[in-house]
Amino acid sequence: MEFQAKELFAKHGVVTTLGVIAETPEAARAAAEEMGGVTVIKAQVKAGGRGKAGGVKIAKTADEAESYARDIIGMEIKGLRVNRVLVTPATPPVEEYYFSFLLDRSNRSHLCIASVEGGVEIEEVAKTNPDAVAQIPINALEGVTPEKAAAIVDEAKFPAELRDQAIEMVQALWKVYVEEDATLVEVNPLARLEGDKLEALDGKVSLDDNASEVRHPEHAQFEIREEADALESKAKDKGLNYVKLDGQVGIIGNGAGLVMSTLDVVAYAGEAHGGVKPANFLDIGGGANAQVMADGLDVILNDEQVKSVFVNVFGGITACDEVANGIKGALEILGDSATKPLVVRLDGNNVDKGRAILDELNHPLVTQVDTMDGAADKAAELAHQA
Amino acid sequence: MSIYLNSGSKIIVQGMTGGMGAKHTTLMVESGADIVGGVNARKAGTTVELGGKELPVFGTVEEAMKETGANVSVAFVPPAFTKDACIEAIDAEIPLLVVITEGVPVLDTAEVVAYLEGKSTRMIGPNCPGIITPEESLAGITPHTIAGKGPVGLVSKSGTLTYQMMFELKDFGFTTAIGIGGDPIVGTTHIDALEAFENDPDTKAIVMIGEIGGDAEERAAAYIKDHVTKPVVGYVAGFTAPEGKTMGHAGAIVSGSSGTAQAKKEALEAAGVKVGKTPSETAELMREVLRNL
Repeated sequence: MEFQAKELFAKHGVVTTLGVIAETPEAARAAAEEMGGVTVIKAQVKAGGRGKAGGVKIAKTADEAESYARDIIGMEIKGLRVNRVLVTPATPPVEEYYFSFLLDRSNRSHLCIASVEGGVEIEEVAKTNPDAVAQIPINALEGVTPEKAAAIVDEAKFPAELRDQAIEMVQALWKVYVEEDATLVEVNPLARLEGDKLEALDGKVSLDDNASEVRHPEHAQFEIREEADALESKAKDKGLNYVKLDGQVGIIGNGAGLVMSTLDVVAYAGEAHGGVKPANFLDIGGGANAQVMADGLDVILNDEQVKSVFVNVFGGITACDEVANGIKGALEILGDSATKPLVVRLDGNNVDKGRAILDELNHPLVTQVDTMDGAADKAAELAHQA
Repeated sequence: MSIYLNSGSKIIVQGMTGGMGAKHTTLMVESGADIVGGVNARKAGTTVELGGKELPVFGTVEEAMKETGANVSVAFVPPAFTKDACIEAIDAEIPLLVVITEGVPVLDTAEVVAYLEGKSTRMIGPNCPGIITPEESLAGITPHTIAGKGPVGLVSKSGTLTYQMMFELKDFGFTTAIGIGGDPIVGTTHIDALEAFENDPDTKAIVMIGEIGGDAEERAAAYIKDHVTKPVVGYVAGFTAPEGKTMGHAGAIVSGSSGTAQAKKEALEAAGVKVGKTPSETAELMREVLRNL
């Protein structure tokens, strides 16, 4: 969110105005009074197009600030509820520029995109006036030296009177990118204010989850739980790799690729069964023991939309008998709270032992199907009938 | 023949004494791969018995290569130390470096990939299952029991889809199956593997498995159109993935309208690649290709 991006900007010396976060109209009013003069009230959600959605207002008085905050807090922008606004002194820009550093997957390195035509969607500018958008590759070993920063500023054609400020800002933004392990640092608009002052008026930072895990425990504070889906939060607490979707067939599988593929296969199968769809992504990884399986099933069975569950495991490292015992153990742990039909497809390492364990278990909720396509069809059929 | 890995490959393991390292070194030894030692600076000079084989532990990759003639290193090093382990192996000029570790910060991988420029090492991964040349060698975690030798070359971003596809086509078998990894940046790309398979006389047809995120499949499609004469069958996972959500693999994310499975499928089909809707349909397409060879 914008206010979080600005905190990171300020930490690394990027010129910006932090403003005050308000979760109530009264708090917005108090902030506006304190600042005096004209203020901007901005919805804080992880989505672009806030202005168009009515989430950004200019308040001439503290009364107006309160009233706008009342309108904005609680509204939905792209499906996300607004729980807070950022109040900042209004600083009308003389000119608006665009600047970003991002991970360039195609070239397996970093890229700088800069333009003096900012304040609008940069993709639009790139289409209509490509010459106005400078794209400068960054060598991952060399990074952004003062010389490189100067080259970027010149190539982007920043006005000469802002050159020194811009070079400093580019270096500070690179510090945000590298030291915070970001995959995107974007300033839009980068504003030229009265008196030729350069300031990051709005911004966005995407952080690399892997790096946050390895060396930035402090990044945990940026995660705002209230916005996350309740089931996703629960899964996260249990260390499960889960994404909630809008569908009726719960999915558990091992390996990200196989689970993605399972979702697709279920969606195709669903076409013949009333259009049922996969309800989630859940990768239980290699170690499919009883507890992990039980945790996974618990999350999925708590999804009210779910009518059936498809467990799709290819025994590679994990043997199918371990997985079958995991399912057996999970059903014991869950007891009566397991109420929805389970379609299980096991294949690969020790498949015969695995299938024999489930045959012997003979659990009324469990159906075994030998192939992935067949099992997806069965799970879709059961979800449709329920 | 095969690509990158064969019966002459002598393999060392960086991080052999850790949990994952020891488990998979054991499996590699059991598969018949020629594992010749491991690297751990704190345990240098000792030996470890894994899979019934007494394996020496060396202080550095350079020393291990000198003492054993190793030409492949498999890294099971924790993500915080993966970059340093890679740089060490590259400096020692190991010909093939296979990085299994999941969760490596992408800025670290970007640095390592830049460091590889002009060096003699080929890196596979990170966040990958590694590479297997059935009945010859295994550098990674792919189960060696799924399929034997045969005419198919396989390149995939995903581990379990590699296993699934090998299983589906086990009656035909593989020259080499390589999992290039699911991270946003990886050392060996689909294009690298396609080029190697094209040049491998024993590979008669190629299966390419992709997934959402980035544009590696689109680039591979363009490469296939211009440079690959062997039949290629494709599969792309993630048609039902929502925008903006990471699906398990760090690199598997649809951003705006880019990186979708549909776009990748269309690009591959435009390059003459037959693309299956499901893994089994893909395997069926490959069977037809192989029957007509």
